[in-house]
Order: sequence, then C-alpha cells, then structure tokens
Amino acid sequence: MSSLVDIRSRFDTAALLAGGILLCVVIAVFSTAFEPDRTVFDTPRLALGFGFLAILGVRYSLGFARHMAGDVALGVVAALSAWMLIPVVHQHVGEAASGFWALAVAYWLASWLFVERMAAWKLTNPSLTRAVNLAIPIVFGITLLVLWELAAKGFGIPKVLLPAPSEIWVRLTGSVPILWADFQQTFLKAVLIGYALGCGSAFLTAIAIDRVPFLRRGLLPIGNLVSALPIIGVAPIMVMWFGFDWPSKAAVVIIMTFFPMLVNTVSGLAAADAMQKDLMRTYASNYWQTLIKLRLPMAMPFIFNALKINSTLALIGAIVAEFFGTPIVGMGFRISTEVGRMNVDMVWAEIAIAALAGSLFYGIVALLERAVTFWHPSIRGSRG
Amino acid sequence: MLTASEIEDGLEDAMRKPDPVIDIDNLSLTFETNDGPVHALSDIDLKIEEGDFVSFIGPSGCGKTTLLRVIADLEQPTAGSITVNGVSPEAARLARAYGYVFQAAALYPWRTIAKNVALPLEIMGLSRDEQNRRIARNMELVNLSGFEKKFPWQLSGGMQQRASIARALAVEPDLLLMDEPFGALDEIVRDHLNEQLLQLWAKTNKTVVFVTHSIPEAVFLSSKIVVLCPRPGRIYDVIESDLPRERTLDIRETPQFLKIAHRVREGLKAGHSYED
Amino acid sequence: MTDTALAAPSRGLNPFAGLMAGTAGPVTVVVLAIFAIWYVAAVALNTPFQMDMYERGDQTDVPFTQLVSDTLAQERPVLPAPHQVAVEIWNTTVEKKITSKRSLIYHSGITLSSTLLGFLIGTGLGILLAIGIVHSRVLDKSLMPWVISSQTIPILAIAPMIIVVLNAIGISGLLPKAMISTYLSFFPVTVGMVKGLRSPEIMHMDLMHTYSATRVQAFWKLRLPYAVPYLFTSMKIGMAASLVGAIVGELPTGAVAGLGARLLAGSYYGQTVQIWSALLMAAFLAGTLVALIGLVERLTLKRMGMAR
Repeated sequence: MSSLVDIRSRFDTAALLAGGILLCVVIAVFSTAFEPDRTVFDTPRLALGFGFLAILGVRYSLGFARHMAGDVALGVVAALSAWMLIPVVHQHVGEAASGFWALAVAYWLASWLFVERMAAWKLTNPSLTRAVNLAIPIVFGITLLVLWELAAKGFGIPKVLLPAPSEIWVRLTGSVPILWADFQQTFLKAVLIGYALGCGSAFLTAIAIDRVPFLRRGLLPIGNLVSALPIIGVAPIMVMWFGFDWPSKAAVVIIMTFFPMLVNTVSGLAAADAMQKDLMRTYASNYWQTLIKLRLPMAMPFIFNALKINSTLALIGAIVAEFFGTPIVGMGFRISTEVGRMNVDMVWAEIAIAALAGSLFYGIVALLERAVTFWHPSIRGSRG
Repeated sequence: MLTASEIEDGLEDAMRKPDPVIDIDNLSLTFETNDGPVHALSDIDLKIEEGDFVSFIGPSGCGKTTLLRVIADLEQPTAGSITVNGVSPEAARLARAYGYVFQAAALYPWRTIAKNVALPLEIMGLSRDEQNRRIARNMELVNLSGFEKKFPWQLSGGMQQRASIARALAVEPDLLLMDEPFGALDEIVRDHLNEQLLQLWAKTNKTVVFVTHSIPEAVFLSSKIVVLCPRPGRIYDVIESDLPRERTLDIRETPQFLKIAHRVREGLKAGHSYED
Repeated sequence: MTDTALAAPSRGLNPFAGLMAGTAGPVTVVVLAIFAIWYVAAVALNTPFQMDMYERGDQTDVPFTQLVSDTLAQERPVLPAPHQVAVEIWNTTVEKKITSKRSLIYHSGITLSSTLLGFLIGTGLGILLAIGIVHSRVLDKSLMPWVISSQTIPILAIAPMIIVVLNAIGISGLLPKAMISTYLSFFPVTVGMVKGLRSPEIMHMDLMHTYSATRVQAFWKLRLPYAVPYLFTSMKIGMAASLVGAIVGELPTGAVAGLGARLLAGSYYGQTVQIWSALLMAAFLAGTLVALIGLVERLTLKRMGMAR
C-alpha cells in the first residue's frame, strides 16, 4: 500500500550506511582502540573482520556482489565481528577509546544495513518470506543486545547501574532453582489461577447480564470506566484481606482481569447481526441454541481480545501485588528485595523470566485464537 | 350444533378450492418512530394458494420485505389478521412450516457448507442419519455437491446464496419465503439462479413467496405478481400470469412476457406518482 | 431485534420504563446497588472484629442496630463504609492545607505531575516513532514486532529498578517516575498511531498519488487527519497506563509522597480508610483525565467535521 506513495528518497540510505561503515573502519585503523595505547592492529583478527565488513558494506556502491548472497555474507561477517569484538572488550573493561567506539558504530551500521537489505528482499516463497519477517526483528534484537554489551563493558558501567547481558545470563543460569521457585509462586499459582477465575467468572457474569438488557445497559458503562482505573491499587487491600501468600495475588489478578473480559464478552454477544438472529428465529431456535450456535462463536474474537489483554495484566497484577508483602518467594518479592540489595543483575534475570513467561503466555493465547477464530477475516487474511 | 346450511356452506367451500396457504385479511403495520408513526403496511388483503409462485414487487419503502417478515413472524402486525397454513404465523414458525432466504447468504463463517445446511436440522433435533440424508439431497438440488467441506468464504457470492437456499430447503418446508435473494448478485449469475429456482419449483411443487425489485425477475418467475406502492405501503395491483409453468430465459423476448412486464411497470409508475 | 419487541409493550404500562430505557437510569440503579452491597459487605466483614471487641469489653446482648452502627464506625475496619471514606477524603482535601503532608491534594498533585510529564513525553515519542515506522520499511519490519511484543511483557516490573538505579546516580524526584509513565504510555500511542496513519483507504492514497503529492504533503493532508481519532483513543489508554505507572513508581521510593506512597503507607500501618481514600482519589484522577481527553477529542473532531 505504502509503495504506491513511496516517492524515492533523494539520497540512498544503503549507500549512506555503507559510507558510514567505511568511515568508521578507517577512523578505527588510525586511532587508539583501548587506553592507554592499544590499536586495532594489536588484534589482527578484529582488523581483518572489520576490513571485510567495510568491503561488503560498500560493495553495492562499487557495483559488485549485488545479490542476496552478498547480503548474507554481510550479515555473517557482521555477526563474526561482533563475536570477536565482545571478548576483546571483556579484556579491557572501561578502557575503550575512540577506535573501539568507531568499530562498535561500524558494527551497528553494518547490522542496520543488513536489516535494510533483508527488508528489501523480494521472495516468492511465502514460507521463506515469513521466516525472513521473523528473522528481521530477531537480528534487530540481537544487535541491541550486542550494543548493550559493548557499551556496558566499553564504558565500564558499574554492575549496580546496568549489568551487561552476559552478566545477566551468568546470573540467570546460576540461580535457576530460585528463579524456578519464584516462577512457580507467582506465575503457576497467582497468575494462572487468578487468570482462570477472573476470566471465567467475568464470562459467566456476561452471559447472565446479557439476558437482562437493563443490567447490560447499567453495567457496561461502569465496566468501561473501571477498565480505565488504576485497579492495581486494590493490591494492598487484597494483601490485608487474604494474607501474604498467593491467594491475595490471585485476588488482585481476578479483579484486574474481570472487567476487560466482562466488557468484551458483552459486546461480543451483541455482535451477531440482525439477519443472523432473524435466521435463528425462523428456525424457532430457543435461547440456548442461539447462544451456542450463533452468538458465542460470533463473540469469540472479542473474548480472545480480552484474553490477550488479560494475559499481560495478570502478570503485572501478580508482580506488583507482591510489592505489598509476600512470603519470601515470588518474582515481585525478588525484584523488590534484590533492588534493595543493589543486585541489579538478579533483577534483570527475573525481568527476563517475566518477559519470557509473558510472551509465551500471550503467544499461546494468540495461537488458540487462530485455531478457534480461523474464520475471522483478520486471521483468514493473514494466512493468505 | 351446526345448521344444515352452515354445513352446506362449509362443504361448498371445501369443494371449491383448498384453504389458501397464506390468508391475509385487512392487515396493517405501523412503526412508531421518533418522527411519528410510519405506516409500513396498510389494509393488505391477499390469498396465496398452494403451489403458487408469488412475487412482491415495488419501490424501496413499499413494505414488501415487511410483508414477508410478517408472514415469517419476524414482525407483528398492528391490525388485521393473517394465517399461515391455517394457523397464526407464530404457530407456523414454531412448527417450522417455512424456509426463509435472506438478502445475503448469512452463512456462518465458522461452519463448512454442509454444516451450515445442517444448522436448522440440528436445531430441530433430527438424527445424524437424517441430517446427512437431507444435506446430500439438498446440496445436490442446488448443484453444490462436492463443496460440502468448503467454508463459505471460499465460495463465490452465487454459490453462497445457493448454499443458503439449500439450507432453507433442508427444513423440507412446503412454503419458501425469499427476500430479494439474488439482489446482490450480478445479472448473469442471477439469470442462472432464476432458471434453477424455476426448475426447483417445478420439481418440488412448493409454494414460493418472492420479494424483488426487478421487473424481469418478477415476471419470469411468478405465477402471480403483487405490485405494492409506498406511503402507506399497500397493494396496488395483483397480476395473474398466463405464462406457461415451464419457462426458459427465452420467454423474456415474447410479447406475452412484455405485456405483463408493461402492466407491472405501469403499476409501479402509478403507485409512485401518488407520493408527489 | 428481540429487545425492542420485549421493550415495546411494557412502555405503556410502566411509567418508569421511559426513564430506564436509556443508560442513565440503569447506571444509577447499578451504582446504588454497588453502594448497598458495599454497606452490607462492610457490616459483614467488620462484624467478627466488633464481636471480639464486645467480648473483651464484656458487653453482651448488643442490639443489632448498635452492632451495625459500630461496624460502620471502626477506626481500622476490614472494609470501611463509603461514608467513612468520603469523610476521610473531605478531611484530607478541603480541611487540610494543600501544602500539608497529610493533604490528599498534595499527594494527588505529585502523582498527577509525574503522570502528566510522563504522558506528554510518552505521547510525543510514540507519535514520532509511529511516523518513522509508517514511512520506513526497515523500522516497520525491525522495530514494530518489538513494539507489539513489548506489550506482552510485564514492563511494570522494571519500575522499582528504574527508580532505585536513577536514584543511585543522583536523579530523583519527578523524573524517574515520569520515565515509567513515559514507558507505559508510549507503546499504546505508537501502536494506535501506526494503525491510524495507515487507515486511509487505498483509493485516497491513490488520489494523493495522482496529484504527485510529496510524502510530507500526503502526511499532513491525508494521513494525519485520518489518524486523529486513533490518536485520541490510544491517548486515553496511554493516560490510564501513565497513571498506573506513576502510582507503581511511587511504591519503592520509601513511601515519601504521592498516591502510591499513601497506598503503601496505609498498608504498612493497616490504615484501611487511608488506602481506600487514596484508591478512590486515584480512580477519580483517572476518570477525570480520561474524560478530559474525551472532551478535547469531541471538540477536535467537531472542528474537523468528523464528529458523529
């Protein structure tokens, strides 16, 4: 769609990036890489890697290897360069000078160019296109991680402020039992139980008030309002009522997930159009038959929308509720106490687990949605 | 006790002709809206006999769809009386006495074509064997055999509408109510479906009530054409067609056909001028 | 269909039917019902403690009315009654000087300022990022998946760390909290704006193409107007998220000031009335802010001729 109005930019981004890579490599060659006086040539492999990177970067402007293989070579060399750069900076923590930063920028520009080239690939095979579309954000993410690592080590940022990804990884793999216990406490107990009860009760409530138009008109505006309120604030009350263990967290999750589910299910049940309802009427179909055969399938896209929103809300609710008091286990508990002890790498490890759990949870709900509402235009369309 | 003359009257009635399938007597329907009452239907008198193919034709807003919906018990009249198969429309609906085809196919996208045709049968609580028998028979009747496992969105508009007709026929009603079923289709598909519908009617001898705003369609299909006009919605003319029951598309070129079409057009014009 | 059929006949019989046909009547009834349930629950939940008190004071045969009034007047009830919360709010807003540390307005102001600062930065960033994503295929393909998947990550968990880490390098006060708010409000705005800037139909884009309009012209004359309704919708979500961020950001600062600090202090000392008043204040704040955006939305859309 956008290609229709794409008016070609006056300058070519790819050429600009390639020029940038070349410039950075040249700067790196002629300046100090690490204090006090190490140059890039003290690490020949590195110099070689970045030399190749510069050549591959400018090959388009120079007019050779203008094909996908050249692009892939660029990506591979960029990855190799990063792989060589990281151990070097680990040996010289906090001693990075202009030459090193020029190399880091060169890597960054090279990855950018690689992503730019990948985005421009025209593939005929649909599954290959899907793979590339998946690879682009992954390459982007890895680039960010590498730059984070280089910056954290190069500047010698203290661990309490921002640990490097490698340190977080070491901490993560080193404290699996603690992380597993926290995950069990927070995710498997509070989140999943609260999510199931909250969404389930909201669904049943929605079906009940759907039979009474009066309640529907009265509750829907209130439900919409409550969805915008900072419900997370009920956490201290729930902790007071239900104690420190997981039931109070599950209660917070129930309350947080209830209203989005209620509002969405009620609107979903109203989604069947007049003609479809008339059709059921001509069959003299009773209330339950219409509900099961027409209105619930019709409401499924709405219900799954709420299930997806709630998958995120549930995790947030459980973690934040733990800030108000827990037994000595749980992701939120760990985050708040380790922050207090300045063990920031442990906090990041916990956040990484939370992110992974949240994404997986969301992903599973999204997969279920594709299976159940396969007929919906939004999903049908994306399958081609 | 009945008197002798009453019995004689009754016998005479019974011998003269069978009870009409639909008997509408002095029927009116007024919608209350914010801008005041709208007289959708006013003083409708109409009898539809078994085996008739009746078309309601008229400009938009003349109440032809509303009249069909009254027959189907989708709207309630505010005055007058109506019987379907000798009972109230509601009783007829509860007895699943008719099949209804809407303007759009209204197939459920999450069901396959076969499952869509099975929908009314599931609601009626028929056995699985009976369902399968009826699905096969009616899919064949509308020439959709082989598409059972497809989803509606994988079929063309004309095929979707045929599937919705199969779904209406699967109820095996004696009465078929059709509300501009081919209105959204292009002319070539529409001609084709019109021919198929006529063959179907000839094969099954069902009573059909058909709403349209196309004059050629009404004349080509019908044994009886009811011309309605708006504000208030009322019957302007009822034309008994003398065309033979067996028709092909060529009949549209004959003087007989053109004469009826002309009368329908005159009726529509006269009804329309009323509002100015 | 069936609703109107059911509603129509009753209209003539019941004089209140007209009143209850819209949304105002039912909403009022539901709100009243909520208050009634709240009172009943307050009595029920506070009774065990009250009984305990009677037993300790050797009071027997307390009449039921006495019990009810006592349960609704405890100092630290399990569930405070609505009027207790109302009195607390009145005392801490109207009766107290705004500068006082016990004034709820003072605390709300602190939360509000970081909410608004974070919201403004977040919305600005979100819009800029959306413009970039819509106009650059690379950003679209590399960044957009992260923006979407970042919504599946419990970002709020980061909040205490940002506060503490920024405190460690000497940044404290408004900014760290505002950063959390920025973070939370920025994603909904980005996603909504990308959707909005892409919402013009192909036909309209083709029209711009026939005029050989530049991308800048197409942006100002077509994309931006189309995106305005989306912007307002996502701004409402962003504002609500921003407030949540500000409140959660106040939790780990050692409970100094702000609505979040009031919640935390209340939970430390078992001051339920204080928790509920802070909670209601936060709800009021959220409602007001979202309603304000709604108002601006209506006025803007009206001026643009897009109002329904």
